[in-house]
Amino acid sequence: MVNKKYIYIKLFTSTFYLSAFTFGGGYVIISLMKKKFVDDLQWIEEDEMLNLTAIAQSSPGPVAVNAAILLGYHVAGPLGALATILGTILPPFIILSVISVFYAAFRDNIVVNAVLKGMQAGVAAVIADVVLKLGSNVFKEKDIVSVIIMIGSFILSFLFGINVMYIILVCGCIGAVKALFQVKKGQKDGEHSQ
Amino acid sequence: MTLLKLFWSFFQIGMFSFGGGMAAIPLIQNQIVNLHHWLTLTEFTDLITIAEMTPGPIAINSATFVGIRIAGIPGAVVATIGCVLPSCIIVSILAWIYFKFKELTAIQGILSGLRPAIVSLIASAGLSVFMLAVWGEGGFSTNPQSINLVSVLLFAVALFVLRKWKLNPIYVMLGSGIIGGAIYLMV
Repeated sequence: MVNKKYIYIKLFTSTFYLSAFTFGGGYVIISLMKKKFVDDLQWIEEDEMLNLTAIAQSSPGPVAVNAAILLGYHVAGPLGALATILGTILPPFIILSVISVFYAAFRDNIVVNAVLKGMQAGVAAVIADVVLKLGSNVFKEKDIVSVIIMIGSFILSFLFGINVMYIILVCGCIGAVKALFQVKKGQKDGEHSQ
Repeated sequence: MTLLKLFWSFFQIGMFSFGGGMAAIPLIQNQIVNLHHWLTLTEFTDLITIAEMTPGPIAINSATFVGIRIAGIPGAVVATIGCVLPSCIIVSILAWIYFKFKELTAIQGILSGLRPAIVSLIASAGLSVFMLAVWGEGGFSTNPQSINLVSVLLFAVALFVLRKWKLNPIYVMLGSGIIGGAIYLMV
């Protein structure tokens, strides 16, 4: 069994490293976390990661912080959560502290702006890569309800700008109803076969 | 006293920012500019620009920035902790419920409904970044002149490299930043 201390340190350093590169919004870190903790380290399953992301989305506060708490807790309990929280908060804390001193110069610097502009394409590609993988997995499930939810919530969110919270509420309800439906159906089938 | 105000302000910001960084911006403006006059509107706009340029969630970046300006490092620490605390508390409660009851059919059902939605929400965010990269601040337009070809090229190459060669995404982002940056500077 791996040394517990190693896990805490690894959680901290991994999250620190990821957080230092979360340009362009919280969802980038979800993509990075998925690659690191699901694909590379295999400390968590993809479905579990999506569950945690759903909870992170449903809670107030930055999704990156929420996801970090859940991931750390899932992998290594409360201390694990502490490790990931620190790993997530420290990079922006340090970077912002330094930059706030000369922020006007930073904001107007041509090189900085050029590099950031270049990064946007890269960030879009990273997110696209993860979305393609996750999306194809949803299609592979061959569950029509899931596909409808996926396409529907995309349209509602992107084209109509509906608030995330409403979408989550509705989809959660659909999921619950569907599950209860299947339980009822299972009971009925059980009765018929008797 | 100021530290307490900072803490409480950012606690509220952390508490009510549902649904992503963008949702937090009006809250931040209300607290920082309107209520406490810690920043002027111009400085606030700068803050948002910087917070988008630097890694990390907007709320956290704002907390650090404002905190430092108002009360130095202690201010930054207090503001950041205030921002993060509501998340910690609520997420911990939800996590406890999740881990304790996740075997329940109802919970399983809810989550199975949420998972595909999460995929599309991530997709939506990704598409926004893509549109920003290709069409800039102005947003989508059918005018072919408005398309940033460098971004399109970088995107295509980056995606290819990610999918085919499974390159580390951080290197891909840095790479597109450096290569793209160099191109923009030379033109």
